[in-house]
This record gives sequence, C-alpha cells and structure tokens, in this order.
Amino acid sequence: MRAPSCGVLSKGRVDESRQISVEVNGTGFRREVSVRTTLADFLRHDLMLTGTHVGCEHGVCGACTVLVNGRSARSCLMLAVQADGESVTTIEGIAPSPTTLHPLQQALKDHHGLQCGFCTPGMVTTLIEFLRDCPNPTEREVRVAISGNLCRCTGYQGIVDAVLRVTAMKAE
Amino acid sequence: MSLIGSSVPRLEDEPLLRGKGRFVDDLHMPGMLEAAFVRSPHAHALVRGVRKDAALALRGVHAVLLRDDLLPHLPNEFIVVALPSKDYKQYLNRPALVGDEAVYVGQPVAMVVAENRYIAEDAAALVEVDWEALPAAADCSAALSPGAPTAHRASPHNLLAEFPIGYGDVDAAFASAAHVFKESFWQHRGGSHSIECRGTVAASDPYDERLTVWTSTQMPHAALRVLCDMLGRDEDSVRVVTPDVGGGFGPKLVFYAEDVCVAVAAIILGRPVKWIEDRLEHFVATTQERDQHWDVEVAVDGDARLLAIRGNLIHDHGAYTARGVNLPYNSAEQVAIGYELPAYRMNVQIALTNKVPVTPVRGAGHPQGVFVMERLLDRIARELDLDRAEVRRRNLVPATKMPYRTGVKNRGGMPVVLDTGDYVRCQQDALERAGWAGFGERQKAARKEGRYIGIGLANFVKGTGRGPFETVTVRVGPSGRILVYTGAAAMGQSTKTMLAQIVADQLGGDMANVTVIAGDTGTVPTGMGGSNSRQAVLAGTSAHSAALKVREKVIRIAAHLLEAGAADLDIEGRSVHVKGVKRMAVDLGKVASAVAGTAGYRLPGGVAPGLEAMESVVIDPMTYANGTAVAEVEVDIDTGGVRIVKMVFVHDCGRILHPQVVDGQLIGGVAHGIGNALFEWMRYDDQAQPLAGTLADYLLVTATEMPPVELAHHESPTPLNPLGIKGVGECGVIPIAPAVLSAVEDALSPFGARISRTPMMPSDIVALVQAFG
Amino acid sequence: MKPAPFRYHAPATLDEAIGLLDTLEDARVLAGGQSLMPMLNFRIVQPAHIVDINRVQGLAYIRREGEVLEVGAMTRQRDLEFSDVVADTFPLMHEAVLLVGHRQTRNRGTLGGSLCQLDPSAELVTVAAAVDATVVVVSKAGTREIPFAEFPLGLMSPAIEANELVTAVRFPLWKRGHGFAFEEFARRHGDFAVASAAVLLEMEHGEIARASVVVGGVNSRPQRPAVTLQGRRPSAALFDDVAKACDRLEAMSDSHVDAGYRKRVARAVVRRALERSRGRVATN
Repeated sequence: MRAPSCGVLSKGRVDESRQISVEVNGTGFRREVSVRTTLADFLRHDLMLTGTHVGCEHGVCGACTVLVNGRSARSCLMLAVQADGESVTTIEGIAPSPTTLHPLQQALKDHHGLQCGFCTPGMVTTLIEFLRDCPNPTEREVRVAISGNLCRCTGYQGIVDAVLRVTAMKAE
Repeated sequence: MSLIGSSVPRLEDEPLLRGKGRFVDDLHMPGMLEAAFVRSPHAHALVRGVRKDAALALRGVHAVLLRDDLLPHLPNEFIVVALPSKDYKQYLNRPALVGDEAVYVGQPVAMVVAENRYIAEDAAALVEVDWEALPAAADCSAALSPGAPTAHRASPHNLLAEFPIGYGDVDAAFASAAHVFKESFWQHRGGSHSIECRGTVAASDPYDERLTVWTSTQMPHAALRVLCDMLGRDEDSVRVVTPDVGGGFGPKLVFYAEDVCVAVAAIILGRPVKWIEDRLEHFVATTQERDQHWDVEVAVDGDARLLAIRGNLIHDHGAYTARGVNLPYNSAEQVAIGYELPAYRMNVQIALTNKVPVTPVRGAGHPQGVFVMERLLDRIARELDLDRAEVRRRNLVPATKMPYRTGVKNRGGMPVVLDTGDYVRCQQDALERAGWAGFGERQKAARKEGRYIGIGLANFVKGTGRGPFETVTVRVGPSGRILVYTGAAAMGQSTKTMLAQIVADQLGGDMANVTVIAGDTGTVPTGMGGSNSRQAVLAGTSAHSAALKVREKVIRIAAHLLEAGAADLDIEGRSVHVKGVKRMAVDLGKVASAVAGTAGYRLPGGVAPGLEAMESVVIDPMTYANGTAVAEVEVDIDTGGVRIVKMVFVHDCGRILHPQVVDGQLIGGVAHGIGNALFEWMRYDDQAQPLAGTLADYLLVTATEMPPVELAHHESPTPLNPLGIKGVGECGVIPIAPAVLSAVEDALSPFGARISRTPMMPSDIVALVQAFG
Repeated sequence: MKPAPFRYHAPATLDEAIGLLDTLEDARVLAGGQSLMPMLNFRIVQPAHIVDINRVQGLAYIRREGEVLEVGAMTRQRDLEFSDVVADTFPLMHEAVLLVGHRQTRNRGTLGGSLCQLDPSAELVTVAAAVDATVVVVSKAGTREIPFAEFPLGLMSPAIEANELVTAVRFPLWKRGHGFAFEEFARRHGDFAVASAAVLLEMEHGEIARASVVVGGVNSRPQRPAVTLQGRRPSAALFDDVAKACDRLEAMSDSHVDAGYRKRVARAVVRRALERSRGRVATN
C-alpha cells in the first residue's frame, strides 16, 4: 500500500513524497515514498519484504529490527526517507541460499528458539550484529543483547541456548 | 523407531526463520483498502451525534461507516457467543459498532476505510463525535454496591451472574474445625500481548459473492459461525482462513466487532479490506483478564488436614459477554482440584464494569484458583508451625486414590475426575532439586550478610484437553503426499509438527511427506480450535485415529496389489513394501490412484473409494496434568526489587509427544507467570480510563528477567486417549505467581510480611518492609 | 499508529539546519528518533515540519581537548559505548551508556537527542549533571554555551529556543584514577530508572578531595543531596549521611510510583554508587 504522491490531507497538510534509493539485501531499489512512511512499512508494503514484523510501533518490542549499514535499528522508528542512500539488511537477506540457513538460524531451529516466529526476524538481525560485536559471549551477555526484543512464546531459553551453541561451535 | 516422543525438527521453522511466514498483515491483494476505527475515549458515554464530512473529504478515503451503514448487511448486529449457563441475569452482547451508548474506552464507533492506514488514521481523527459522558463503573467490587453507576444505562444493576460452586456440608465442617483462618486476596492478570496483534482481511468474490475472511484467530470455525449468523449467510458462502498467527494466548479465540465490520466493508465496497490492530488498540480493544477479589476461610483439623473452604469471589467481567462465565467458574472450580477437600462452597459474583470484556488469557482463571489454595496452605503452615511442603504432602490427592472423583463438576456439568498422576512424588522431586531441605541454613547465613533470600512452592493440577472433539482429515493423494486438514488452530505451539508426527508415525515415518493445513474452514466442515491446552489431546487423538484408518486401508490395498499378506507389509517413507523385501513395493501414490477410480473397472480388494479418513473423536472428560514449581528469590529490601535466583518446575503431562516442544511450552508459560507475579498490571483510574497504554508502562518479561529454569518430567499416561497424552500449553503459567510470592514472603519473614495479592511491584514490597518498622 | 502528515527537510549543513529552524513554524528536530518517532507514531505530537539533522556533517565526534571531552550532539550512544577515549578518560559515561535502552536504540539514539529530551530518568542527563557539562547551542544569532545546571527549565523542557540547535556538549574530565560509579534501579534491563545515582570521587591523603553526587529519576531535573563530602574521610557512616540526605530532595509522584518510594530507592543507589566509587579510586 503506497501513499498517493500528493494531496490535501488533514488540517491542510500536504502528504509530501520523495524519491529514495535504498539497497536492501544487496539489491538496489528506487521508489517514491511518502515522507511519513516508516522504514518498516516501506520494507513490508512497498518492497513486499514482509519478513520484518511490526509489533508495537513505539520502539519497545524489537520485532521490526533490521540492519542499517550493518547496525541493528528499530525500523518502526525510522522514516523510509532516512534510508535513502543507505544499505539495509532484513531477515530475507540472512540465509546464504534458498537451501542453506545461516548457522544462527540453524541453531534456532535445532534448539526450538522459535514458536510462532513473529519476533524471530528481529531476534535474528539483532543477534547477527551482537555476534559480530561479541563472538564469545557469556549467557548473561546474550540475555542483555536480546533484552530489547520481546518474545511472548519461548521464555527466551531456546534462543539463548541457540546462541551459545553457535558460539561454542565457532570456538571448536 | 517411533516418532512419538522424539524431538523431531519442526515443520514450521524454515519459512519462519527466513521471514517467509504469512501473517495476516503480510497479505496483499489488488485493490485492497485499509481500515482504522474511531473509538470511544470515554468509559461510558452517550453518542449525541456523529459527523463524517471532514473525514470523507480527505483524498484517499473511501468510506466512513457507522452502525446505520452496517445494519442493512447485518440481520443480526450483535455478537452472540456466550457459553451456556443458567446463571446469566443479563445478556449483554457486543454490537458491531456503537449505537448510542459506548461502554468502554476503545469501543469502536466508526470505521474509516481508505487507501492506506496512514490516511485512514488521518480521517479517523476528523470524525466528530458528540459525547455525553456518563458515570462509569470502574471497580468490580464497588460496581456491586447498591446505587453504583450501572455499566449499561438500561441495566438494573451490575451483577451479570451469581452462582455457587461447591459440595459437602461446609458449615458443619467449619463448626467442628480445630482451626479456621480467613484471608482476602486481590488477583490481577492482564492481557495477551502476543507480539502480533489482531488483524482481519476480508474479500468478497465479485462473481459468486463468496466471502473469504483471513483472520489471526484461534477458532476459525467459531468465527465462521458468528459471521454467518450476523451476516445472515449460509456456511458455504463464507470461508475463514487462518494465516500464520503470531501468538494467541486466549484473546484471539474471541470474535470481535472489528472482524465483522471488515467483512461488511468488503461487501459494501466490493474491494478487499484489511484491518490490522496496533498495540495501542490491543490495550483497549482486545479482551484481557483483570481483577478478582476473594474473601475466603479455610477450616483444618489439628493435623493440618483440610476440612473445608468457603468464601466469595467477585470477578470483573467487563462491559459485555465476549465468551461466558467460564473464567471465574474455572477459578472457583480450581480451588477444589488437586488437594483432598471434603467440603467446599465458593459463591461467585460476576460484575459488569465499563472496561473491555474479560475472557481467558493463558491459564484461563486457573492460576487464580491455585493462588488461593496455595496461599491458604502457606497460612496453615505458618499458623500451625509446620513445613509448607509437609502441609501440602498431607493434603495432596495420593496416587493410590487415582482415578479420584472430586466434588466439583466442570462447566459442562461433568464431574471432575483426576485420571492419573502422582502429585506427591512430583512435589518431592521438585523439593529435592530445589534444595528445599537445606534452604533454612542458607537463608540464615544470608541474613547474617544482610541479604534476604526466600523459597516458595506451589502445586497445581489442571484440566487439559477440553472436549468434545477436534476434526482431522488425513488423505493420501495420487502424488503420494500425505495431506492433513484440521480445524485445530496453530498459533506457535507446533500444532502442525505435532499432527505430522502423529500421522507420519503410522504412514511411513517421513514428516517431510506430510503437509498440514490448519484452520481453513473450507477444508474441514467442523472444528473447535485452540484453547484449554486441548489440541494435542483432541486433534492428536483424531489425527492418530484417522491415520490408523488410512494405514489399514493402505495396507489392504497394497496387499491386493502386491499379492502379499497384510501382516507382511510395512510403510516406509512413500513405499509400502514387504517386510525385509524392499523391492517388493508399491508407492503410496500408486495405492491412492488405485482407489481413485478408473471408469468401468472394479476397485481393488473391494474397498471403498479414496484414501482418506476424517475423524472427530469425542473425548468428554478432561485429562489432568499436574506440576510443582519451587522458586528461590532474593529480595532487595531497599528497592523492593526481586531477583528470581532459580525456578524448579517438575511437570507431568502424560506421555510426552515432543520433548523440546513441551519444554518450550513450559518455559514460555513460566515467563507469563513471572509477569503475573511481578510485572504485568493493566491499570485503570477511577473513571475506568486505562493508565497503561504502551509496552513501556505494561511490562513484559524479557530475557534478563528470566531465571534459570530446571525442568523435570514425570509421565503418567492417561487412559482417556490412545496416545496417553495430556495438554501442556497453559501449565507453565499456573503455579508461578504463588510460588514466587510465597518465596518473597519467606524472604521477608523477618518483617512479618504477608502477601495476599498478585502482582507485587517493588513499591508494594517496600511497603511490606516499612510496615514492620 | 502512523504519524500525521508533515513536511520533511533534510539539511546537509549546519547553516542550512539552523536556517530552517529560524524560518519554519512548528518544526521538530529529528535526531536519533528513539524519542520523537514514538511520539509521532502515537500522534502525541503532530509538527508541521520535521527537520532531520542526520545528514548534517560535522556533528558526530568525540574529541579530547586538554581536560575536556567534547562530544558532538549527533554522536550515537553506541559510539560513546565503544569509544576508547571515553572508557579511558570518562568511565562514568561508559558505565552509564551501557544502561541506556538497548543496543538497537543506542545505534540510532544520540547524545544531543537524549539531553534535549530531558527525560528525568535518562542516564546521559544525570551524567552531564554530574560533571557540570556545558551544552553548546547554535542559532542564526550565534553560539552560546549553557551550563548544564541551567539546561533543564522544567519537566522535559530544555532551555533552548525553537530556532536553536544543540551542536556539542563539553564534559570536564576528572583526574586520572578517579573513583566513579553509575548506579540505577530499573524494573527491567534497559528500562528508564526509578532512581539513579552518578558519583565521582577524587581522593588525596585518605580524604575526599573532590566529589560529585547526582541523583536522577527522582525529580524533573538531576539533584545533588546536600552533604559536603570534600575534606572528609570516606566511611559507611558518611555514605549513610549522603544517602539520608536524599530524603530532602524534591521528588515526583505519578500513578505508578510515589515520591517516598523514589527517595528510598535514591538512598539505596546513592549509597551503592558511593561504595563502588570508593572501591575504584586508584591507590597511589
């Protein structure tokens, strides 16, 4: 669903649009967006990359987390226009191929680190960054790393187990 | 090698991990419009007028619908869903949109449909409603006082229903008791807060006017029935499809005003319409649990054996009946389940308030009943100077008495019979793992250092697998692929994996050859959906039964085709072969084709056509899972902060189908329970205005608040279903609040602390410490 | 929860940015977005203009100039977290920034944005108060410097005009080897603090040569408990006195937490911060 490019809206406000160029998962996109469209909505409804999920729209749940220039960010708290000229990685860009999973994704699968899967994309992108920053974390550090990602299904244990397994495997 | 009991890889995982799930907001259709609702900002108010002009004038707005706009399409404008009970004094059903009286903050008044959600919200802000505020019923106890403002203008009072639950001669027991203790409890549980909020998409086919509704629901068949009833349509002209659901936990089993409004809008506008609930709406427009006030007395003999419990429960129902009286019924019933209680009487009063309706959230009223009993047992232990675990051991229903007929009946009128379980052994195991016996010494040592540690325990026995049935169809097609269709609903609890496991166990053992389609009313004519920790039991049993029937037929046909004896055949993957002679085989697909029919030719072996079985196995009695939680805490008396040092949870859900899934359900439930004990409070002011409206106010447990959880399993299979399984989905929640708060009370015993409410916030804990000095 | 419509401006230079702020009516500055975007999404604020300063060059830096650490207003909290200079010269800041929100919010959230938001519980606000930082503010009229004690005007109201932009913050550094601690009590990891304490200590000959104790979260602005520590020997009794002095602080009450409780928590975090600071003073 894309906003119309121009038009009189509430209180005589104009719905302004801009052209943006964003690289998402290695592919360049040029689109016209309403300036108030959030990055989350742009990814989901303009680019049809629906793997990034929207859970709260006020920056608490973390389901919408993507990587912007490699850094995790809550895409509900960014405007799409802010991604102009930047590089975004979403969950769809994590697995190396259609037939293989990233070791973190495989570990989540092996350790029952997901149930309904709604928080999972945000967990994965957050953890990808975390493991880059901190390749050998303690359990406490893992929990702190995902303290900004809410999960209502797993109680987090499966996720923590998966991360510790990945780091143990790397160390082996 | 049986798949049952094995932690097989989940079918659900791969697409979800890749971001290829299909949740309701992921649906995009040509011409789809989006809706936003105008909601009442008042808890109780009359609508004197509505003006839509400014909203309609906005570019991109397609419609602003009020009640009058919907009525021509709604032969029945009310959502009538109440579970049967003879005790209703008032029938209050939710309308699709407010007429002239709004009765809770968040109640939908108007629906805006626009090009996208941004414009829809702009327009919603421009709809002008003239409100006349009325007095609100905010507190459920106060609402029952004479002269209290009524939640509905036309109601004579706020008592929706009142009934006793009990048995035995309670008064005689109290009269002759060695000891009688009184307690009052306030218990609060909050909302679901699944990370995915609600959402519905509806599209009406322009050619055959068939309406398809995709909705994030736990009960697609129930949704279908309500839709058909309200729209005045036959079931064949409406189809409800369940996409991936990002958590349900109870409130998504309810059918909502927004759902029918979306359907009507799709019909009126002739275009697909989508409405996705945002988090702000979830706080005010999705059902939740809320407050219960209990005044109880317990009578015991000189040996701390329970003689009777009696009391009164006031339950906050909210403004309408969105499910029934089941929640407080469960709470009151629960007190009498698990321990031997010779006599019991709980009077239940259900109060209307001007708040969003109350319906079950994971646990469904059972945690509250367990809290009452467990707190009473702690009280008894303290008064009689006995170990808290010993008091429980003396009163738990012993394994030798199984099956044990309690004195209570469930809401369907069936007696509650505890089928299997060894509660005492479960408790003993938990106590040993938690180091209960040696804790006193550790506590003393900690106190010398100025640290306050405590330990608490709680037991529970919970009915699972609420019947009467779930529908499962197992079909093998000419491709050789096994298709499973079910009315069961998946919301993260691994329903598809569970069913595939059970079916594959009988039909070739290859889960990759099984496709499960859940929650599509177009594929199974009946179904009940997810609630009451029921799907493994009911859907699992039907799946098992259907798979067995299909297996029997496959073997019979293959025996005919291979000219072999049925007893000599095995199914491995897609191959039906003679045991030990793999090349003497026929493919499952070939077997299916053989009974698909060829014009003019007889079917092989005299069998009926098709390779399919549909089962809806009826199991009326519930099967009772049990467990014991032991929590160790450290309390910071300066800040009131509570750290749960360790949680031990020993659990029995009968035969375990999938160990990892069971563990995941339990730990997930423990997180909800910790929320109920220490964090989750859906607060309102005295005008029934919600004070918690964001996830920064309403605190969900994160990874850093979870303690290390030691899980252990006992398996007491049930005779009530062929697989011997019991439900597990809600069990993790149930004993946590009393175990944690008993531990906090234990930690603060130097201050004479008494905890009679849940949740306890740090400031409440500090108040306990300060009250002592 | 979608923002109401606005005009969007993304200046590339500081001059452009302050030019816009000078001419536009009803404009809000978008920095890290971690505070503003939720408010926009809730429609709590509906500005006619958003001036996005993320593209303005030259506002993100961490520079040591003698005994002052100057930090550009657009420096991301994450960069503070991972900065060697900060860890080495301003460890109080490092310890505090680890408690600011979560990693995702620190990647976008900025120093300037946090200070301008002036949430009573914001860790960076308390830290700025503890070292008597100076806020550098630029407008068409020129540059001015605001001592941090004068920066908060009221609850979440900084002493800057609509046409002014915070460009940098100067943090005076304490002597190498100083004791420091940031302590807070929050409901969950990353939550805003119920009460927080920032403590800095310099010792000489067993006596406190210099001390700074600031309490955050208790009132609309950071406060100092009224006890003189200079010249005294650290002891449990002294630290108790400082803690007790928190009872005399101004304290807010709201529907969730009352003033008395906040002050009690303040006492606890102050005492703990003093003890940890003392333990960290480098022995000469």
